[in-house]
Amino acid sequence: MFRYSKKTLVLEIVTILGAIVMLMPFYFLITTSLKTGPEVLSGSALSFPSSPTFQNFVTLLSPSSDASGAILNGLLYSLIITAGTIIGLIVVGSPAAYVLTRSTSRWSNRTYYLFLIAILLPTQLGIVPLYVEARNLGLTGSPWGMIVVYTGVLMPLSVFLYGGFFRRLPRDYEEAATVDGASRGKVFVRIVFPLMGPATGTVAILAGLIVWNDFFTALIFLNGSNYATLPVAMYTYVGGLVSQWNLIFAVVIISMVPILAFYFFAQKRFIQGYAGGLKG
Amino acid sequence: MTAIQSPARPAKDGAVPSPGRREAKQKTYKIGYGRWWWALPAVVLMLMLIYITTATGAFYAFTDWTGIGDFNFVGLDNFKKIFQTSELTGALVNTLILAFGFLIFTNILGLLFALALNRTLKSRFVLRTLLFMPVVIAPIAVSYIWKFIFAFNGPLNQTLGAIGLKSWQHDWLGDPDLALWCVLAVMVWQSVGFCMVIYLAGLATVPVDIEEAAVLDGAGVVKRFRHITVPMIQPSIAIATTLTLIQGLRVFDQVLALTAGGPAGSTQTLGTEVYQQAFVFNNFGFGASLALVLSVLILIFTVIQQYATRDRL
Repeated sequence: MFRYSKKTLVLEIVTILGAIVMLMPFYFLITTSLKTGPEVLSGSALSFPSSPTFQNFVTLLSPSSDASGAILNGLLYSLIITAGTIIGLIVVGSPAAYVLTRSTSRWSNRTYYLFLIAILLPTQLGIVPLYVEARNLGLTGSPWGMIVVYTGVLMPLSVFLYGGFFRRLPRDYEEAATVDGASRGKVFVRIVFPLMGPATGTVAILAGLIVWNDFFTALIFLNGSNYATLPVAMYTYVGGLVSQWNLIFAVVIISMVPILAFYFFAQKRFIQGYAGGLKG
Repeated sequence: MTAIQSPARPAKDGAVPSPGRREAKQKTYKIGYGRWWWALPAVVLMLMLIYITTATGAFYAFTDWTGIGDFNFVGLDNFKKIFQTSELTGALVNTLILAFGFLIFTNILGLLFALALNRTLKSRFVLRTLLFMPVVIAPIAVSYIWKFIFAFNGPLNQTLGAIGLKSWQHDWLGDPDLALWCVLAVMVWQSVGFCMVIYLAGLATVPVDIEEAAVLDGAGVVKRFRHITVPMIQPSIAIATTLTLIQGLRVFDQVLALTAGGPAGSTQTLGTEVYQQAFVFNNFGFGASLALVLSVLILIFTVIQQYATRDRL
């Protein structure tokens, strides 16, 4: 019925044109990052670089430049904080969601709803006291403090995503394992958790993206410290550059490469994570 | 939270005959699904970092606290000040314009791309991947790309000049009348792929045979869309509109990177005002009251949204 007709061809061409317009910013990003400073100032912004050069990246990342330290540090701390948060969300979140969804007691149901409400609660209101509380505990300006903060703030998301998966998991495996003599801890670690691969993947991708790209919380908690994450380091560095777009875009590309590489490597998972995870 | 009871399920508990091979030794098994205290760390983290901080924030909103030392209760003074300061009411209006503009344009464009890329097109898989790409990038990185595009001798003005529309050239981000719409364009651009993916997931649940039957009955594209597609993707519409509205109300990164609230405060939003009041000027109490206004807005709109997009087949 819905075969490839002339109409479809027209639709295909229109859609591709629309997509090209949507993707133009990436063209400007890449071409400008390959130009020299003078060419950016004098040449056309639309043209391809006359002699593409990686000089901007070399300038940024060479140990002698003043920016390389901040950028490499930013990469490192972004990585540590993102990985730490993902581990925290999995280790703390999955058993909590498991217990809360498996139990039929009234209290566990109520606690589960508490997590669901927390997802809807706007984070802005809590951010001021959170900052004060963290400052009093000495958690600001430290990567460990950031991991604790992100883990706590994203915990409802993790519990919600895991909870959805646990509800659909039949109890037979656990019964069989218990009959075979496995303890409760063993049942969870050896049987249930490995079956939850897709849930763990969704939690890791969604939470990982949120933390990696987060600017607001990181700016408040880490600005001015030695542990600025990549978005904060980028903001600080770009603030000192006036219209040196070739350098700015080189920084932007450096900040994008890890996440885009990961995206193209696991794009199906990413898209499913968004579409499926959000539907619960 | 000691009140969480052991989650042992009475219905499934009880004596299960041992499958022992050597002898029929009677042993009872209790099928356990974890221990209640496994949930404790998560519950404590959530209560401390979300509920207590939110409640404390609501409390600070009625004080003149500066972040250090003592504070006084000032009642509703903070809120009076918000609604009497034109820059702040402006920020409130800007936030609403951005949120609803973002909701409308992102969903329409996302739905159009989803409908086009749902099936038959040969390039659909490649285009889906490429169009979703902006979603995974940091908003602040996206903002820098667009700051260049909007620059006075940036690509946008040069394109306009090249196609003979020199009179359309503007200092896009420097013009108080245009800057807000530029911020909106950047937000929409980044999230079209996000809505597209949610709508694609919804469209995948629409069975082809129903659409084919409708075609045989003589229903045109518009009728099919109105009477088959829309009702069947209702859940996707609810999710996509709720999420974009909340995301729009919370806008911060793009404004700070593109215009920092300028020119002349014309792009200030509640998000940037909270940041500036609380963390730049150290007016914690006043910042908290702004945050409370924003939070109440988000809550109200989420509730309205839930009612508006409920199943009404």
